[in-house]
Amino acid sequence: MINYIIRRFLYAIPILIGVNILTFVLFFIINSPDDMARMQLGQKHVTQQAIDNWKQQHGYDVPLLWNEKAQAAEKLTNTIFYQKSVGLFLFRFGTSDSGRNIGADIKERALPSLAVALPTLIIGLIADICVALMVVLFRGSKLELGGMILCVILMSVSSLFYIIGGQFVIAKVLRWVPISGYDDGFAAVKFIILPVLIGVFSGLGSGVRWYRTLFLEEVEKDYVRTARAKGLTETQTLFRHVLPNAMIPILTGVVVVLPMLFMGSLIMESFFSIPGLGSYTIDAINSQDFAIVRAMVFLGSVLYVIGLLLTDISYTLVDPRVRLS
Amino acid sequence: MPLCKITILFALLLTACDVSQLNNPYPKDQDGQAILYQSFDERPKHLDPAIAYSENEYAFIAQIYEPPFQYHYLKRPYQLIPLTATKMPDIQYVNKQGEKLGANADIKDIVFTDYIIDIKPGIRYQPHPALAKAANNDYVFHHLNENQIDTLSTLAGFNATGSRELIAEDYIYQIKRLAHPKTQSPIAEMMKNYIVGFGEFSEKVKQLPKSAIKDVPMAGVTAINRYQYRIRINGKYPQFMYWLAMTFFAPMPWEADVFYDQPGLADKNITLDWYPIGTGAYLLSENNPNRRMVLEKNPNFHLETYPSEGEPEDKHLGLLNDAGKPLPFIDKVIFTLEKETIPRWTKFLQGYLDASGIASDSFDQAIQFTGGSAELTPSMLEKNIQLQTSVETSIFYMGFNMLDATVGGYTEQARKLRLAISIAVDYEELISIFRNGRGIAGQGVLPPGIYGYEEGKAGINPYSYDWKDSKPQRKNIAVARQLIKEAGYDNGIDPKTREALILYFDTTSSSIDDRPMFNWYRKQLEKLGIKLVIRATDYNRFQDKIRKGNAQIYVWGWNADYPDPENFFFLLYGRNSKVEFGGENASNYQNPAFDRLFEEMRNMDNSPQRFQLIQQMQEIVRHDSPWIFGLHPKQFSLFHSWFLNRKTHVIANNTLKYQRLDTIARTQQRQAWNRPNFWPLLLVGALFMLITFYAVSTVRSRARKSLQ
Repeated sequence: MINYIIRRFLYAIPILIGVNILTFVLFFIINSPDDMARMQLGQKHVTQQAIDNWKQQHGYDVPLLWNEKAQAAEKLTNTIFYQKSVGLFLFRFGTSDSGRNIGADIKERALPSLAVALPTLIIGLIADICVALMVVLFRGSKLELGGMILCVILMSVSSLFYIIGGQFVIAKVLRWVPISGYDDGFAAVKFIILPVLIGVFSGLGSGVRWYRTLFLEEVEKDYVRTARAKGLTETQTLFRHVLPNAMIPILTGVVVVLPMLFMGSLIMESFFSIPGLGSYTIDAINSQDFAIVRAMVFLGSVLYVIGLLLTDISYTLVDPRVRLS
Repeated sequence: MPLCKITILFALLLTACDVSQLNNPYPKDQDGQAILYQSFDERPKHLDPAIAYSENEYAFIAQIYEPPFQYHYLKRPYQLIPLTATKMPDIQYVNKQGEKLGANADIKDIVFTDYIIDIKPGIRYQPHPALAKAANNDYVFHHLNENQIDTLSTLAGFNATGSRELIAEDYIYQIKRLAHPKTQSPIAEMMKNYIVGFGEFSEKVKQLPKSAIKDVPMAGVTAINRYQYRIRINGKYPQFMYWLAMTFFAPMPWEADVFYDQPGLADKNITLDWYPIGTGAYLLSENNPNRRMVLEKNPNFHLETYPSEGEPEDKHLGLLNDAGKPLPFIDKVIFTLEKETIPRWTKFLQGYLDASGIASDSFDQAIQFTGGSAELTPSMLEKNIQLQTSVETSIFYMGFNMLDATVGGYTEQARKLRLAISIAVDYEELISIFRNGRGIAGQGVLPPGIYGYEEGKAGINPYSYDWKDSKPQRKNIAVARQLIKEAGYDNGIDPKTREALILYFDTTSSSIDDRPMFNWYRKQLEKLGIKLVIRATDYNRFQDKIRKGNAQIYVWGWNADYPDPENFFFLLYGRNSKVEFGGENASNYQNPAFDRLFEEMRNMDNSPQRFQLIQQMQEIVRHDSPWIFGLHPKQFSLFHSWFLNRKTHVIANNTLKYQRLDTIARTQQRQAWNRPNFWPLLLVGALFMLITFYAVSTVRSRARKSLQ
């Protein structure tokens, strides 16, 4: 398995270089270094001299991809692309165009993102599975029909509505928790209750329907029929036999999103003033801070590759029939 | 037994929590303290006084850094007074031979102007690690090693701080910082034209690190003694006084750059751009622009007292109750990042933010118009919320590119076309529909509050307005139609194409929210039979069009740097033309008569003669109509009754030190407004029990059936 993991990591390198080139090209098709300088320097009293000065200070005064005037290898290395990209592979993200260290910012913002995303995932998973099992338990009844209608309604509502509605009811009318904010350590709990609750609730419709499908597929299998024939009750059959066997697709589905939890949720973080990584990326795009955009896209790609690798590994752990080679 | 234990545990938990304010976002220990709670929606990019140039940056640094002069908090019109200076500067004019001239010297003889500034002795910097000294008088943290830096994460990680007296050299050092190319000060290019030796200094030090410029002389700035310095500027530029009240000219100890330039600190985001060092009323004790920024009272703040004079009504409003008392009154200011308007507004209504602006989606909840004037709604009055309004010293204008073949140029035909459009675009309607009445339609280049602005009949734009019923009234659309006919576009028909004249409106807005406004603009020009095509693009492309003169009609704004007409009229000065000179004259307007008057007016002190020149310039611009004067925004700010000494000042930013809180009233009101409602919990519990009961009984009945 170790050989497989090493091989997968090696495969990741060209993928990451490709992603980096793509980000670079897309960004610089839209923006020139002059545009970036103007964005950072503001609107008042911006002269060409000030722009040239900014470019020089931030390393944007060399060609983008190929430096004709340079000698030998410097034709490639003395370019914006090379100079801004090589550090990424060592996870040295450098300084943002507004002057802050990106690595330090990411470190600081990853935890708040995780503080909301992880409980949302775990509680959401438990809630989805519990409700899905209930629905399967009552299949063919009015309760199942009602549950499914409710799920479709829940799925049809925009997440923005849940956020605004949740804030209005829970924080404004009932006054149970602060409407927004964040704090360090355990003091953060009162701030994350509402976003987690809303995150769980808004994902309930689709989650329940998805897990219900998995469970229904499982309950029709022969071993379940055998279990019933042995005299087990429907509840015992579901919890002892159906649930463990349905865990394989559930687990692999969860593992793939685990690394992405660090990336945060844009809308949720923005509405609840949670200083996470989701809003960091969007702010960078809006302010055309290429250094942050590039770092976040790279980080996202790395995490995605890790997520896929973890999924493959988790298959071998939960299903002994699978072997990685 | 377990149920009993759970009940006891739950009861204990409830008693441990303060259930009276479960929604309180602040720790319990902050209750009753003189802490002001504010919000910010965009993190400041820079806190270095040489770079910061935005309102959201000034909100912080103006409380921390002290330039030699400041604006009087209460007096209007805006008036400069000494801050760290002992008196207003001694201004001396100098001729070509270096001889001093009298105060009334002819401007042609003035080659230099010297500003001699005396600062108060005994002013000390805030406690800061950059100034910490050991017993042997060496700086403790000026030679940090890698291990020391590794253990740090914020400035608070340093175990010692120090302070020292403010001296004249610190002001000089800051001006040198402005000139250093590595600082990238936004005013550096402009100051090259004014401060003697600024450009040469910039060239000389461009290869040196910031920390090495201290001993390199700049010809135009010299320390006369420990508490006195001189700035020499080219010619006469009276507006320079206003620059001396901006944080660009606040002092900076050289130790700051030596400290912050140590390798490794920037990787921890420990830079001068994020951890200021000043002499002001407050110091930045926590800087997490991703979440919260905290200002605390500077323990070394010098004696400054609350003003004892103001406008006549200030006494009645209680704004002079604290006259003569030492500043500041508030111990701590906590700024929390709130990007969305809904949570921000809710927190204000709950009493967790002490002041708020009004977003358009909550405007109707807060304000109602009775008899044309804005008043608070009963729900606001019930909470005793206060409203202050003031017209900003800004203008949002609709500009015509004077280089454009259709709307530009100086022919009578083009002028009449522009004038017709000026009448047709009904800015009163725009203010009413899109700004909830927050603004006044512009009558000229200057907003109210700027010297030269004239109220009443004499101040209206006679080309677009009539004076009726003691107020300006937009001319009838028939006048505009007649003008457009005279311009050669009868009923808006372009004689070349025999179809409706097509004009292009360039804008950076492209969101769906802006569509109603674009449709409104289209409708305004449809009144004249003109077809308006909206060319929405991103900010950079828009800037590019303006820079190259490819835009036709656009909307732009200007917020005053200082309250002087020069800071508005320069937007139309020919030598500032965007295409030709890369200046701020985006309309590329060039009128020799206007330029001549501008050159004369800009160097004059305020006087009846200057006022007359300003009126002449207004007349020329109104006549030529390179702009539709658009609107001057009106600021509506709300604050709670416990937030005292509030008086809107649209120019000054260092106003926190004057403000005071009645913390007892705030605590009481918060408790009254934030009692949680628990009854829905019972409802949810009952529903849950019902579903559980139904589910269990269904399972049991199914099990019974399958057994049978």
